[in-house]
Amino acid sequence: MKNLLPAMAFLLAAPMAQACETFTSGDISVQQAWSRASIGTGRPAVLYLEITNSGAMDDALLGLTTPAASMPMLHETTVTDGVAAMPHAASIPVPAGQTVALSPGGFHGMLMGLTAPLVEGEKFPITLTFEKAGALDVSVDILSMRAQEAACDDAK
Amino acid sequence: MRRRQIILSLAGVAGASAFMLGLGAWKTRNRAVPNPLLPLPLTSMDWRLTNHVGQEVTPADLRGRPAMVFFGFTYCPDVCPTTLLDIADWLEALGSDADRLTVALITVDPERDTPDVLADYISNFDPRIIGLTGSMGETACAAADFRISFDKMPTVDGDYTINHTAGVFLFYANGRFASIIDFHEDRRFAVPKLRRILA
Repeated sequence: MKNLLPAMAFLLAAPMAQACETFTSGDISVQQAWSRASIGTGRPAVLYLEITNSGAMDDALLGLTTPAASMPMLHETTVTDGVAAMPHAASIPVPAGQTVALSPGGFHGMLMGLTAPLVEGEKFPITLTFEKAGALDVSVDILSMRAQEAACDDAK
Repeated sequence: MRRRQIILSLAGVAGASAFMLGLGAWKTRNRAVPNPLLPLPLTSMDWRLTNHVGQEVTPADLRGRPAMVFFGFTYCPDVCPTTLLDIADWLEALGSDADRLTVALITVDPERDTPDVLADYISNFDPRIIGLTGSMGETACAAADFRISFDKMPTVDGDYTINHTAGVFLFYANGRFASIIDFHEDRRFAVPKLRRILA
């Protein structure tokens, strides 16, 4: 009976978790991870998410791996004198007590070399590597090509 | 005596300068001075591209209706879908007025963005958007007339991405340049700019 309680709690949480899961490792938690459906595998896909650092020490996102793409990278969109560039980001700082968003027009993951088309409604796993919190497995929701934000109730 | 000579010669130089300036102004009175940072009017542009259904398009084809023109490429994961989604959002906000607009995406990646590739891509956003592509030379001509820059940047795996001007250019129906909507400009500002060229 004691063992059943966590299982029941999971069942109750399941419908909500489906819409918007949070993944935690130490002081770092990641929520609202989403991507857009792709046309085939030729074009790089994108990855957006939110990272919250609830600890007292600064951390940083150093990179990611995923079976969905052979070359996932972190990038930042910058606009200088009206010209948009997309430099590689060696790491994305996640200061203590703050939430950092990878969102359209800013920091984002770029998934080059898709191993299969990303299909709306499906999910794919990624592993994020943080400087201090280490590895964190996250499941990414594939939204429509026209999505502009995560499909969570609490999405901004 | 000496002072008078100096005053007279100065007056002479000033008079001659004023005359030359006046002559210059008179000679160029009908010519708008092009701003090197802003697009030319469509009437002064000279380029030839191919749309996503394979038809030739020139600047003249963008006149007669207010036009919204922007540069991008379909292998761009963040900026271009964001711009396209913003545009789809503005068109929705304009309602049926949006049907009176010409909306064109000119690719800065003509090597990969053939008419077929463009057609396939833009069909995912709004059917009113037309895609334009051409040779590298034709693309460079269009870029020069719009005063935009684009730069091919190699990526680690031998692939490439393209830095490019991310603004959206608005033109009146007569081809005159109206304004620019900057990347990620709030729709509270973007939609009124569009209404102005539709008025």
